[in-house]
Amino acid sequence: MTDSAMATEQVVARGSRSNGTLYRGDPGMWSWVAHRITGVLTFFFLFAHVLDTALVRVSPNAYDQVIETYKSPIVNLLEVGLVGAVLYHALNGIRVMLVDFWAKGPKYQKPMLWTLLVVWVLVMVPGAYFMMVRTVSEMFGGS
Amino acid sequence: MTATVSEEKAGSRGDLPPVPDGAVTVTLKILRFNAEVDSEPRWESFNVPALPTDRVLNLLHYVKWYVDGTLTFRRSCAHGICGSDAMQINGVNRLGCKVLVKDLMSGGGKPTTITVAPIKGLPVHKDLLVDMEPFMEAFKAVKPFLITYGNEPTRERIQSAHDRERFDDTTKCILCACCTTSCPVFWNEGSYFGPAAIVNAHRFIFDSRDEGAEERLDILNDAEGVWRCRTTFNCTDACPRGIQVTKAIQEVKRALLFRR
Ligand code: SF4
Ligand code: SF4
Ligand code: FES
Repeated sequence: MTDSAMATEQVVARGSRSNGTLYRGDPGMWSWVAHRITGVLTFFFLFAHVLDTALVRVSPNAYDQVIETYKSPIVNLLEVGLVGAVLYHALNGIRVMLVDFWAKGPKYQKPMLWTLLVVWVLVMVPGAYFMMVRTVSEMFGGS
Repeated sequence: MTATVSEEKAGSRGDLPPVPDGAVTVTLKILRFNAEVDSEPRWESFNVPALPTDRVLNLLHYVKWYVDGTLTFRRSCAHGICGSDAMQINGVNRLGCKVLVKDLMSGGGKPTTITVAPIKGLPVHKDLLVDMEPFMEAFKAVKPFLITYGNEPTRERIQSAHDRERFDDTTKCILCACCTTSCPVFWNEGSYFGPAAIVNAHRFIFDSRDEGAEERLDILNDAEGVWRCRTTFNCTDACPRGIQVTKAIQEVKRALLFRR
């Protein structure tokens, strides 16, 4: 065992395991990545939501002020994003449960994924419209 | 790298072979790593004449035999049987000996680049050669052999065709590690048993002649066992034997939940 051999082992340990290549995974992998992201987003929303709601017990006045800031267009956009995230998480959650508990689930995982994406779009397009219509008309329409 | 030119010639067979009719030049981009000189893996490209009917393994042979004998990879049967040449080809795990060049050609006469990298999640020794030991440890841990109790029968253990069918899919495994090293959970936590071990446990758990199902289910009920699986289906997509890997894992999960 010379020094260079020891250095070699260290290098193997470092250059190991993840080689930095991007794996072109199955659509199922990306659905899982999206599931994680939407889950984390929803968690942070719930966290913030618990805080702002708790505020009402501390000071109703401060609570009103905080809620007032929620009426900005940016928050409205975030709301649409939140609904999108929750909806995806819920639909994919059903898909994952079917994969686990329905014997034919693994076979139909891809059709189920496409179906949930279609449902998501079908709900989100009108949903986003109705959620945004007031903000947009207030900003541009002046009514 | 000028100093190592002569070393690079080592093991090469010398003159380039004649280029066959109908061959096109493709760029073979290989993620190489030599622990003695590199601190990080690095990409190296080779222009290789390839026939559409060539397999990626043929291109690697071309490089190793005629261009750079230091290129290191495993292969044995070259016919999809031994499971030794799992590698990441164009970003997905495949056997080098099963992927045809024609399926990787870019259309419209555009130049073709084929990227080859070692499978992920196992320590790289050199170039495409990885340490398979952690993978084999997980395989051994699920006791992939017949377990029986009681007296030895005087004749063979009979099984109906129907009972044999139950685990037919998981008998096809060649332990190539395509599945386990395509698994995002395994990349992050190498302690996860991984799909291949579960496939091989499935092969015995659902064998009517075997009596060790409970032991194996206990092993797979472990924190590093089947519950780690996030049903991403990368393993199913990667398996060169077409085994429905995620389905097998899900069957083990359900056996754990409902059978006992
Ligand atoms: S389905 Fe499970 S075992 Fe297979 S790659 Fe995905 S997480 Fe890993
Ligand atoms: S299950 Fe398929 S991909 Fe996994 S080791 Fe066996 S043959 Fe290879
Ligand atoms: S060399 Fe044996 S499976 Fe590819």
